[in-house]
Amino acid sequence: MVEQTRRLSSPKIAIQSVTKSFGSFVALDRLDFKVGAGEFFVIVGPSGCGKTTLLRILSGLERQSAGNIALGGVDPARPANSIVFQGDSIFPWMNVFENAAYGLRMRRLPDRDVQEIVRPFLEKMGLWRFRQHYPHQLSGGMRQRVSIARAFATDPDILLMDEPFSALDEQNKVLLQEELLRIWEETKKTVVFITHSVDEAVILGDRIMVMTAHPGRPKAIIDVPFPRPRDVLKLRAAPDYGRLVLSIWEHLREEVQRARAQQEEDAA
Amino acid sequence: MTRFRAGTEQLIGIASPLLLLALWEAAARVGLIDTRFFPAPSTVILQLVLLARTGELELHLWASLQRLFWGFLLGGIPALLLGLAMGLYRPVRIAIDPLVAATYPVPKSAILPLVLLIFGLGEMSKVVMVALGVFYPILINTVAGVRNIQPIYLDVGRNFGATGWQVFRTIALPGALPNIMAGVKLGIGMGLILIAIAEMIGAREGIGYMIWNAWQILAVDTMYVGLMVIAILGFLFNLILDAVEHAVVPWRNRHA
Repeated sequence: MVEQTRRLSSPKIAIQSVTKSFGSFVALDRLDFKVGAGEFFVIVGPSGCGKTTLLRILSGLERQSAGNIALGGVDPARPANSIVFQGDSIFPWMNVFENAAYGLRMRRLPDRDVQEIVRPFLEKMGLWRFRQHYPHQLSGGMRQRVSIARAFATDPDILLMDEPFSALDEQNKVLLQEELLRIWEETKKTVVFITHSVDEAVILGDRIMVMTAHPGRPKAIIDVPFPRPRDVLKLRAAPDYGRLVLSIWEHLREEVQRARAQQEEDAA
Repeated sequence: MTRFRAGTEQLIGIASPLLLLALWEAAARVGLIDTRFFPAPSTVILQLVLLARTGELELHLWASLQRLFWGFLLGGIPALLLGLAMGLYRPVRIAIDPLVAATYPVPKSAILPLVLLIFGLGEMSKVVMVALGVFYPILINTVAGVRNIQPIYLDVGRNFGATGWQVFRTIALPGALPNIMAGVKLGIGMGLILIAIAEMIGAREGIGYMIWNAWQILAVDTMYVGLMVIAILGFLFNLILDAVEHAVVPWRNRHA
């Protein structure tokens, strides 16, 4: 916890009463939270709580309607953030290597540097021998690995991940979670990770923010005490793990029920 | 849907025109059709060989191919660039869309007198006619192609800091390529139609001129040679463009 306090005294991201509305619809309502440098910060919430909107605002793809986002320790030589998108986001018209190299190419790095940087990430993701393949020749899990390699390769200040594993089957999900943890533990990037899966949040996160159903607000921020490096399967078997998942579920259940009631009301 | 194996499909593709020609030949020989208007395919081919030997065919074919080539570039390149810009940028689209909608349905053959007036009887008027034919299909298909690109790809471009030109080159162009290729195929077809028409007026050479001249001297066989050459050109262009498509859209090559 000392570590945590130290991190948050000079946060990487400080969100101050950020609000986003689309017309009269309020998606995010006066959000306040901080993310420490090198922290793996997970946001969990019912669908429609504005998680993705929040991520798009953090990335700069969208602007908040009100409030302020302060980024600490910005290095102008590096991109501010890279997103690992939900679903298929790698270009069908580029092979695996060019997809992974995309961010570097956009920054006009010399070809030699691009080769040097991309190769280890593709190797870590088990994709090096598929570097000439096109996305349609790959499985969904492999495509999402390319997307992760692409995001890490640019060495961004902050990594934003929007439910990157939600479309994968359970086995692939566990493998990718392990791979993500491994690559993250080597690089110690600041990560904001969005998910609707409580399991995933506990497995990956340093801290978990549970969001309320519409409009999205932080309901609780929970510390995840498990030491790193983590082993996904061992962690799942630990008794503390189950207790933590349960307590987060308690927070979340109320919100999911509220979200459902709202949806039923809207439908009626 | 019933699908045959690739080999069988190719065979059917070749067999159906051959069968039609065989029927035609038989009908002409038996006297079922009037050979003054519908000469037998064998007669037409004989005439084609004759025209090829004298070098007349080569002269006309070469003239038409050159006009097609320059017309294709003159119409295709602006169509491609404008189409990408219209697809990517809403203000451009809003400004240009009504112009396209209004001018597209005007029959290009009806513009020929105007084109002759502006560009004279020389090469330029023919090239411009081809360009007009090529322009619209490529433009319209390029716009549609860019607009069909999934928004997530444009988000990726923005997130990784792609500049306007980089978005053009790495997302809009390749993303729209399958549609663009469809537009190119349609455009070449239009180009062939229009070159034949344009060459019938105020030209001294070209396949269109050859057909028109044959009509004036009632050389029906030569007329058919002209039609056949255009048909063969259309067929060959299609084959070539299929190969080009295969090469430039490798991510669509899904062999069963």
